[in-house]
Amino acid sequence: MNRTHFYFFLFALCIISCGLFAYKYLVLGFPVTPEEKVNVWDIEVHISFDAQNEPVKVKLFLPGYSRNFIISSENFISKSYGVTTLTDNINRNVVWAINEASKRQVLLYRFRVNKVKVKSPPDSVLPYELEVPEFLEPYRSAANTLLAEVREKSADIDSFVMKLFKRLNAQPPDENVAILLDNEISADKKVELAVQLLALADIPARVVNGIKVKTRTNDAQIEKCIEVYINGKWLVYNPFSGTASISGSYLAWWRGTEPLVHLSGGKNLKTNISVGLQEEKAINAAMKRAETISPRLLDFSLFSLPLPFQAVYHLLLLIPIGVLFLVILRNVIGLETFGTFMPVLIALSFRETHLILGIILFSILVALGMAARLYLENFRLLMVSRLASLLIIIIIFIGIFNIIFYKLNLEVGLSISIFPIVILTMTIERMTITLEERGSKAALHQCIGSIIAASIVYFFMFNKYSRHLIFIYPELLLLILAITMLLGRYKGYRLFELFRFKELSKMQ
Amino acid sequence: MFPHLIRQFRKVGIVGINRRNLDYVSKYNPRHLYPLVDDKYLTKMLAIKAGINVPELYTVVTINHQAQDIHSILKKHATFVVKPAQGTGGNGVLIINGHSKRGYRTLSRMIISEEALENHILEILSGVFSLGGHPDKVLVEYTVQLDPFFKDLTYQGMPDIRIIVFLGVPIMSMMRLPTHLSNGKANLHQGAIGVGINIATGITTNGVWFNDVITEHPDTGVEISGICLPNWQNLLNLAARCYELSGLGYQGVDIVIDRNKGPMLLELNARPGLNIQIANQKGLLPRLKLVEQHYKELNTLEERISFIQKYFTNI
Repeated sequence: MNRTHFYFFLFALCIISCGLFAYKYLVLGFPVTPEEKVNVWDIEVHISFDAQNEPVKVKLFLPGYSRNFIISSENFISKSYGVTTLTDNINRNVVWAINEASKRQVLLYRFRVNKVKVKSPPDSVLPYELEVPEFLEPYRSAANTLLAEVREKSADIDSFVMKLFKRLNAQPPDENVAILLDNEISADKKVELAVQLLALADIPARVVNGIKVKTRTNDAQIEKCIEVYINGKWLVYNPFSGTASISGSYLAWWRGTEPLVHLSGGKNLKTNISVGLQEEKAINAAMKRAETISPRLLDFSLFSLPLPFQAVYHLLLLIPIGVLFLVILRNVIGLETFGTFMPVLIALSFRETHLILGIILFSILVALGMAARLYLENFRLLMVSRLASLLIIIIIFIGIFNIIFYKLNLEVGLSISIFPIVILTMTIERMTITLEERGSKAALHQCIGSIIAASIVYFFMFNKYSRHLIFIYPELLLLILAITMLLGRYKGYRLFELFRFKELSKMQ
Repeated sequence: MFPHLIRQFRKVGIVGINRRNLDYVSKYNPRHLYPLVDDKYLTKMLAIKAGINVPELYTVVTINHQAQDIHSILKKHATFVVKPAQGTGGNGVLIINGHSKRGYRTLSRMIISEEALENHILEILSGVFSLGGHPDKVLVEYTVQLDPFFKDLTYQGMPDIRIIVFLGVPIMSMMRLPTHLSNGKANLHQGAIGVGINIATGITTNGVWFNDVITEHPDTGVEISGICLPNWQNLLNLAARCYELSGLGYQGVDIVIDRNKGPMLLELNARPGLNIQIANQKGLLPRLKLVEQHYKELNTLEERISFIQKYFTNI
């Protein structure tokens, strides 16, 4: 029971940890390495027109809900225009207005999008009453005949929609379609007609205008598709291919048949859309994605803390990594070290000095500290004052070191001022206890063991990959906890014990 | 190479530190009992209560001002040992061999004044020799006299016998002989010899000095293998009774043999080392398993001792 309980607990820890990790990695796209970059697109709408010394009002549709992208930032550039953004239940608009303007005017709208699969559409209730369009003869009979024919061959709304598109796209168009299209075979006309026909058949549908966002282009073209309201959801159809999906690089912009820009008080309107491709740190993109997809996750993440706190956690979260490797070094390898976690603390102090210099400084200071300790031994002081005296002596040593390094113009010397003095004192104290208790050989043994352990731990703690991973995916702490607990039940031999008991393997 | 070694160790039944801690120490030694063995004064009191032979306690000093009054007590004893109750590794132990006009004479023929002895006692009390720096007690006790039997087996110092007692059954034992190198200390790390003892018969097997198997004492040249220790049954009895004394299921019992008073309990250890396996050239595991299987049937001391004869003679 106890055993099952234990392994079940570990299993649960692993599941939670890996589950969160997988979600953040696969769905939110949090990067696993620090250098990872992702593509983002900067899209610019360039509107120009001639003003005619009268009030100008420009209305531009802003990108709304899109299945493939989210907008991470947007801004409006216009000299002295008043800017108002509006949202109705289908679209977002911006209205630029000015009392009087003359000559050529330029208005810019820029936004950046990140590629994200956005799950559910924002509105699942039909936001308006379905208007049944009025068809006049001969269109009405043509439409009715066409719909009747299509209905006959379809099982449900989905297949009805597909069949209808197929008929509209047939080359050459059949008689009824030709009448309805009025011999005008533009894509716009076809899409509009499709929506009207669907409305006539009591199926809510709407035109979606958007652009392809994939590569750099200076002249992105508006492409249309259709959304059909089926079972409380807007499903997207490509009316030209007749398929129930659109390309992953399609950015839906606005819905309806109105043009992108509406201008009053000017002429020679020119609208141009350009798409720029940029690289962004994957983590920034992932954060924006998380904001949209699961804002609560971000609310409870370390990123919600103020920056100084985050800096603390950057360091604090590394300690479990160090501790895990220390457990392995001690319980599986059998390395002897001072104290339980002393090497992790020593490794932390190496952070300021870097490894090689850290080891050298550490060894020198420990040796000096030991000498001081042995000298103090003559006076047989009580523990607290013994420690205190040691601390004072070490601070004096560090001060002297700093001055020497500074005089020699070695900048590295400055870093020991941050060298955690307390860690050093504790180490020396630990070492002297070992020295008294188990002799100088054991003490030297443990000292070397501690430095080796600290170096290995340092290597695993302070490389950019583990720093990055543990901060972006703190749920990995649960995995580390599980492994540490599992190691706590390790009954096998330690590597060094194999050497210690080597003689016995020859016995029977 | 490593898989081969591991297989071989498993076959012999070597217990590693991890297994000792998980399966034996943490399972059979309740933590709250540790103070009983960490404090030599408490151990001694318990032993006296249980009727187990220990070096006689002349006096115990717990408060500073007692230090001045101690000389009247010490005058009565020609030799005595002053030691901290919670010291380790022999630190702070002072062996007084006799009196002189100017004070006391130590083992190394140095004279120390009454005042110096008082200071030493005050230092022990303040915790200079106890590990955590905790305030300590001072024990003044009988100096164990070297039994002539061991005279040539040791170079200075006092040999002792370590017996591992598991659930009241002595399962493995070794003798530790000080050498010139170990400075008279019976500590294997520091160069003492570990000599395996057949737990059933009390006859020594081979000695291990650092990593070498030896049969003679390196300093005295005396044969150390095949010696039959005197009164072995008494030693086993004494060790087995320590289970009731401390309540620790897995413990190391350190025994010294006095010339006049016979075997005496020196101290108990809640985490006995694993070197005893090297000294005996045998693994602990088969014996631990056997005792675990049978200990419910072993109710009396006699049953526990006869269990050793029955199962461990040829293991």
